[in-house]
Amino acid sequence: MRTMTRRAMRGVGLLCAAALSLTACGSSDEDAASEKTVRGTDLRAALKEGGSITVWAWEPTLKQVVSDFEKEYPKVKVKLVNAGTGNDQYTALQNAVQAGSGVPDVAQVEYYALGQFALGKSLEDLSRYGADEFKDDYSPGPWNSVTVDDAVYALPMDSGPMALFYNKKVLDKHQIALPTTWDEYLEAARALHAADPKSYIANDTGDAGFTTSMIWQAGGTPFKTRDTEVTVDLTADKGVTAFTKVWQKLLDEKLLAPIENWSDEWYKGLADGTIATLSTGAWMPANFVSGVESASGDWRAAALPQYEKGGEVSSENGGSSLAVMKAGKNKDLAYAFNEYANHSDGVQARIEGGAFPATTADLSSKSFLNTPFPYFGGQKANEIFARSASQVPEDWSYLPFQVYANSVFNDSVGKAYVSDTTLAEGLKQWQKTSVTYGNDQGFAVNK
Amino acid sequence: MSAPSFTADQTPRRTTHRASAPRRAVRRQHSVARPRRSTVLTILMGLTAVYALMPLAWLVINATKTQKGLLDSFGLWFSGDFALWDNISQTLTYDDGIFVRWFLNTLLYVVVGAGGATFLAVLGGYGLAKFDFAGKRAVFATVIGAVAVPATALAVPTFLMFSKMGLTNTPWAVIIPSLISPFGLYLMWVFAAEAIPTELLEAARVDGSGELRTFFQVALPLLTPGIVTVLLFTMVQTWNNYFLPLIMIKDPDWYPLTLGLNAWNQQASTAGGQPVFNLVITGSLLTIVPLIAAFLLLQRYWQSGLAAGSVKG
Repeated sequence: MRTMTRRAMRGVGLLCAAALSLTACGSSDEDAASEKTVRGTDLRAALKEGGSITVWAWEPTLKQVVSDFEKEYPKVKVKLVNAGTGNDQYTALQNAVQAGSGVPDVAQVEYYALGQFALGKSLEDLSRYGADEFKDDYSPGPWNSVTVDDAVYALPMDSGPMALFYNKKVLDKHQIALPTTWDEYLEAARALHAADPKSYIANDTGDAGFTTSMIWQAGGTPFKTRDTEVTVDLTADKGVTAFTKVWQKLLDEKLLAPIENWSDEWYKGLADGTIATLSTGAWMPANFVSGVESASGDWRAAALPQYEKGGEVSSENGGSSLAVMKAGKNKDLAYAFNEYANHSDGVQARIEGGAFPATTADLSSKSFLNTPFPYFGGQKANEIFARSASQVPEDWSYLPFQVYANSVFNDSVGKAYVSDTTLAEGLKQWQKTSVTYGNDQGFAVNK
Repeated sequence: MSAPSFTADQTPRRTTHRASAPRRAVRRQHSVARPRRSTVLTILMGLTAVYALMPLAWLVINATKTQKGLLDSFGLWFSGDFALWDNISQTLTYDDGIFVRWFLNTLLYVVVGAGGATFLAVLGGYGLAKFDFAGKRAVFATVIGAVAVPATALAVPTFLMFSKMGLTNTPWAVIIPSLISPFGLYLMWVFAAEAIPTELLEAARVDGSGELRTFFQVALPLLTPGIVTVLLFTMVQTWNNYFLPLIMIKDPDWYPLTLGLNAWNQQASTAGGQPVFNLVITGSLLTIVPLIAAFLLLQRYWQSGLAAGSVKG
């Protein structure tokens, strides 16, 4: 039943994506002429006058932000709606845009999905509110993700500079040194699994977000977009080959636990030491605290292993932004809330709630860097994360139809995890489906 | 009169088969009231029962565990503190008690949606069974055809239509499609044709009873088993409906339980989200309680309902 539902939902998504693609929305140019720039005084007036806006988001710390915001501007009513997580919400959002009713004023959109909505012209360009001047206020990875040329399609809400989380207790028990390169990581995986056949260095069943992050770290740029011209190169890109070289060996030697991310088995594995390390975004500590209670004190954070010894390159994983919808009813208030949540007072409340910020001022503040993490045995983990945030290669970009591409990742690359197909073959297959889809949507992919 | 003498003759001579004589005697006693026993069937039914009850047992057992206990212990046995009462109170209060709201929403959808669907099916079924009109065969074909179309296939067109009408994100978006139950209509039609003798209606008409009065006072009591059966079907369908509300409703205040529990489950896969598997499990347990109660209470009606029409009168 569940798969059927997913399939059906995907069908809706495709239908709408097709309608949303460039040719379908011609009216936006006329809009732009009539839309005046809005500055601080206008916004303050709008806030004073009040009104109500709807925000679609699943990020838990926004609850606090909304209540603070409503306290500060009593005439404004913010309806925070969890319309689904990730893909579910994007499908709902596209359906609403397509149907022309029920579109929220503000929507949470992950960085990888922004391109799809921006190119579909469903998002308001925030530079008319002066958001284009915020470049230096955000770390480079997230800022690059929300901007295209001069247009700012969203404000970064959080970020996910990657780190290696490791179960110190397990590694110590088997006297395995903390790996600093991916080659050492492979060695550690072998040693660990040999010492305890029930333990694995990591879990992976094929995760598009993780794979693209790993390619990003290796300096790869498999996706490039210029207007409607898109190139996809998942075969010869140097980042792709660097990733498959390491990860194929882990797969061949069966050193990865076949456990899906976020499943209850996964939480169990993180708690009991079956999964010994986790390479993911800096938002993970909050999830450790709430979901892996019983392993408190066992885990630590460290820099992501490097492709080259002595290297200092990191990557981003996850992270999302708040966008103002073009079809929203109250755009000025929507932007005012967005700025409050992501650029001014709301940021601190969110950090206190366990979110990892994208704002450079917070990332470099003493109190932030010196925060001890009791879960990690008192380690000042933010130092590691902040350093990672500054080491992310800047020229990365996602596909303008990444939501679709990610949704079919497991049909192609996923095969490498369950059959004799190699990762390289799987990625080649993924490229093929993505190219076909992009061309069907009106892009010129690999042409 | 040869049979008894045959048995009497056989028994002393063929001593090796003596055992077969009493067995034959037992077999003769079988009747509908005392059916035959079969070891194979018993085992098969036992396995089926285990297969059907296992998830329920799992649900009950795991509803007694804390979130931490769920991840640390074996799934099919109790462990740690007995946290059932705590889980229930947490489920009812978590997130400002939104579970209660979801429960009431579901109740609303079931009472209005499934109740309305049953009412319409009874009216329609009775009309089709007992009245003659032009195009009756076409209606029959349409209804039979509609039974074959899965609700999932209709969900997307319904969504687009409702959204044009501005009904999405309101309870109507769930209630209105639930009002239509082709299978219920078909069932009521067949049932009404069998359960209400046409002569009875004719007698009522001759006595001067109007059509409405005939329907409510003569036909309706005879239809009770059928109505309860249809009510149970539509109730279960609406109570468990997931896909329709999923695409229609985006406001958690109008979620039914199915969507709400899924939202809680999704929390575990969000950056910064809090996994509440214990509440999802306890919530699921609470969710099936009303259905079990409804089946137990209405059992005798729907059992006789299913058998109606199977015996010649």
